[in-house]
Amino acid sequence: MTQGSKTNNSVAALVSKMLSGDRGAASRLMTIVENRQAGYREAMRLLMPHTGRARILGVTGPPGAGKSTLVNKLIEAYRGAYKTVGVVAVDPTSAVSGGALLGDRIRMLGFYQDPGVFVRSMASRGQLGGLAAATVDVARVMDASGRDVVIIETVGVGQDEVSIAELADTTLLIEVPGMGDDVQAIKAGVMEIADIFVINKADREGADRLANQIKTAMRLLPSPQDAWIPPIVKTQAILGQGVDELIEAIGRHRVYLEAEGRLEKERRVRLETEVLGRARDLVLRRLLSQVEQNGTLGKLLDQLLARKLDPAEAAYLLINEGMGEKGMEA
Amino acid sequence: MVTGPSTDSEQRSMETQRKIRVLIAKPGLDGHDRGAKIIARALRDGGMEVIYTGLHQTPEMIAEAALQEDVDAVGLSILSGAHMALFPRILEELRNRGLTDVLVYAGGIIPDEDIPTLKEMGVAGVFGPGTPMEEAVRFVRENVTPRHGEL
Repeated sequence: MTQGSKTNNSVAALVSKMLSGDRGAASRLMTIVENRQAGYREAMRLLMPHTGRARILGVTGPPGAGKSTLVNKLIEAYRGAYKTVGVVAVDPTSAVSGGALLGDRIRMLGFYQDPGVFVRSMASRGQLGGLAAATVDVARVMDASGRDVVIIETVGVGQDEVSIAELADTTLLIEVPGMGDDVQAIKAGVMEIADIFVINKADREGADRLANQIKTAMRLLPSPQDAWIPPIVKTQAILGQGVDELIEAIGRHRVYLEAEGRLEKERRVRLETEVLGRARDLVLRRLLSQVEQNGTLGKLLDQLLARKLDPAEAAYLLINEGMGEKGMEA
Repeated sequence: MVTGPSTDSEQRSMETQRKIRVLIAKPGLDGHDRGAKIIARALRDGGMEVIYTGLHQTPEMIAEAALQEDVDAVGLSILSGAHMALFPRILEELRNRGLTDVLVYAGGIIPDEDIPTLKEMGVAGVFGPGTPMEEAVRFVRENVTPRHGEL
């Protein structure tokens, strides 16, 4: 690659390089899809036929739960089984500066000489519905590049993270005793997304109590006849304890998914969610670019402030103004 | 059939804000990363996405991280005095990976007489103790190759 290659390399050339094993090309494609820059749609169109082979694992939990350390051990275990691994590690963007410090990589340095491991850090950036879509797209590049396992690591505190978890085949929810997360997790409604509960730092006091609380909370969830019952696995990631059990649980979930066409069904549901989410974002963007240009929004706000209009009616008017006659078919 | 977005403004609004991505690396054996962490925070506060490698990185580790993270710049923090040995190897490893458009610069304890040689090698800037944070941030912003278009 030469000077300015980020713009000069055609997307098609990058894709074919990536498919023949060029890690630099894969990395650049990840930049293109993350930024939605020119060539994004062409890249995704060319990559899509090569995706669907990787197992997508979501790893989420509160800050300090040991997610990166656990991911590091998972990489080790999968490499031991001769599987190639990609990791997408998402850290939050500062709301003040728009910058981010991405530190998850530090815990996964042991594999720098191993071409079978590729770690990519991403900042959450916090734009409208964008995080889940961008993360999944980066994961798709990894999938298409031939990774057997793709791990998406996120801090599990918000709606975006939940939606990322929904896009993984198997989602691990990492909890730690004594952080109050037992109750938090139930409150936040993230219980439902877990396929496997991991209690990390399980040597700490309260691990059994946390396990019981999770079990109790699970009983409150609706569970159809042949539904998967999320196992609870105790680990001490830093020592590698419990990792074999965790790998085994992930394997069992995979077997469950592959039985009776469940994986296909789940993927169909997930793709539906994804497409509708993207369509919603597109419609909103299109609407906003219309009404910002013609000043409709400002006028409506003036009327709202003067109490001549209510917000529900304003929303109708906005849609009619922005998309009414020709907006939608553009 | 792929059709383009319907308007320029829509294409613009589809793109997320492009961020400068910087790798801050500590090559070699010195164990002090206060400076590296302060620089990392300053760059973050300047709106950049900063990947910090941690201590004791080999040239291969730094170059591989730069490749996988597709960074625009690599900042090398070094206090051990081994820069004349390590920097050429880092630049070579970057070249081996085709990363010729990455801005490489350095900070730490680097004698003035080494600076011309380092610049000739391809180290674009060298910053000693007492460099104002704003200057360190501005240098990166002004010198990265504008390969994402406008940054």
